[in-house]
Amino acid sequence: MKVFVKRGEALQEFEVPRHPSQTVLDVVTYIQRALDPTLAYRFACRVGMCGSCAMTVNGAPRWTCRTHVDRVLKDETLEIGPLRNLPVIRDLVTDMRGFFDKWERAGGHFEGARTRHDDFARVSPASREREAADAGIECIGCGVCYAACDVVSWNPDYLGPAALNRAWTLMSDVRDTQHAQRLRAVAGDAGCHACHTHMSCTERCPKHISPTAGIAGLKRAVAKAAMKGDL
Amino acid sequence: MSKYYALVHRVSGLALAAFLPVHFWALGHGLEMDGFLRWTEQPLVKLAEWGLVVLLAAHLGGGLRVLAIEFLDGHEWQKSLAALAGALMVAAGLAFALAL
Amino acid sequence: MSRKFETGLWIAQRASAGVLALCVVVHLGTIVYAVRGGLSAAEILGRTRGNSGWLAFYSVFVLAVAIHAPIGLRPVLAEWLAWRGRSREVFALAFALLLWWTGMRAVLTVFG
Repeated sequence: MKVFVKRGEALQEFEVPRHPSQTVLDVVTYIQRALDPTLAYRFACRVGMCGSCAMTVNGAPRWTCRTHVDRVLKDETLEIGPLRNLPVIRDLVTDMRGFFDKWERAGGHFEGARTRHDDFARVSPASREREAADAGIECIGCGVCYAACDVVSWNPDYLGPAALNRAWTLMSDVRDTQHAQRLRAVAGDAGCHACHTHMSCTERCPKHISPTAGIAGLKRAVAKAAMKGDL
Repeated sequence: MSKYYALVHRVSGLALAAFLPVHFWALGHGLEMDGFLRWTEQPLVKLAEWGLVVLLAAHLGGGLRVLAIEFLDGHEWQKSLAALAGALMVAAGLAFALAL
Repeated sequence: MSRKFETGLWIAQRASAGVLALCVVVHLGTIVYAVRGGLSAAEILGRTRGNSGWLAFYSVFVLAVAIHAPIGLRPVLAEWLAWRGRSREVFALAFALLLWWTGMRAVLTVFG
């Protein structure tokens, strides 16, 4: 099959043998090992756990290790490029620093009040808050949602679906002590209010998380806080 | 794909924002209404009017979808309301077409 | 203070959307009724002039539109035309006033 790989501005064509049960990551690996050793790409676990291998395949952001060639091949052709909305370091490798900076700016880390000397916090798994948190905590920061999001392309300051989803899981964590500060971090046109419910994030997330639902939760929480004068 | 509902919502909103000042201005000249109403009998105008009703229904349907996603829990709602949005579009367009 | 401003706009947008959803359904219903009935200008104005109920209804409708449309335009201007900052807010406010002014003129002409 023909494989076109985006390298900088150019599209380089390779002829790659087809195999049964072949993933897009297998294809990229073959190209780098057998055809062009200068091709730069990222992967780690190759079994769908780490999220490092995310790339744009025939226009859509995907985990290449979990994408079978059969599923995406169009007219015996594959087009592979780096993830959208991120600066490209080289070839298929993007700079994820901005992505994680936004994670931090959205208040994406946990801060508790207990120490090792205190008893465990008691959180019922069936409580509404815990179910909301559980729906979003499996995120591994792969960047697929961020690449899929049109608003991220249109608004460079937008924190993005992953960062806001993480903020929502922490808002839903009853042990966290930074709820008020986090709401302030996610409000505004760089935050949850910039989401226009395209739901590309939810459609593409390989962990079946719905950042849209989390962002909606943030919108409601921010509005409530504003009306109480707490924002 | 959900993002097309959002784009239709946005484009119909833009079209309505462009149309409304014209609509208000024309109505503000109510005394010339008979001449205005005769003008509205023209087929091209009728087509434009039908288009506007469809735009309005599309924007309303898309807006209901946004409100459902932002205020209701559960993914099923989003899908059923998106479908309802589509139905509303068709219904309004038909109703207006029948009236033409 | 951008967060409070944006949050306030978000709330106003959803509130006006709810009002408009009702108003639009009523408006479309009455327009279809009037058009099917083949009413002339004189007949329409005969029913609407001096009608304080409809005057109140359409005044609320115009106000909701004047709030909803400019708030909706703002993100489109920023995202598709890269227009941000103070001048965009001034434009949005001016558009709101234009809609409210021309809308109320129309309402008073038809229902006054």
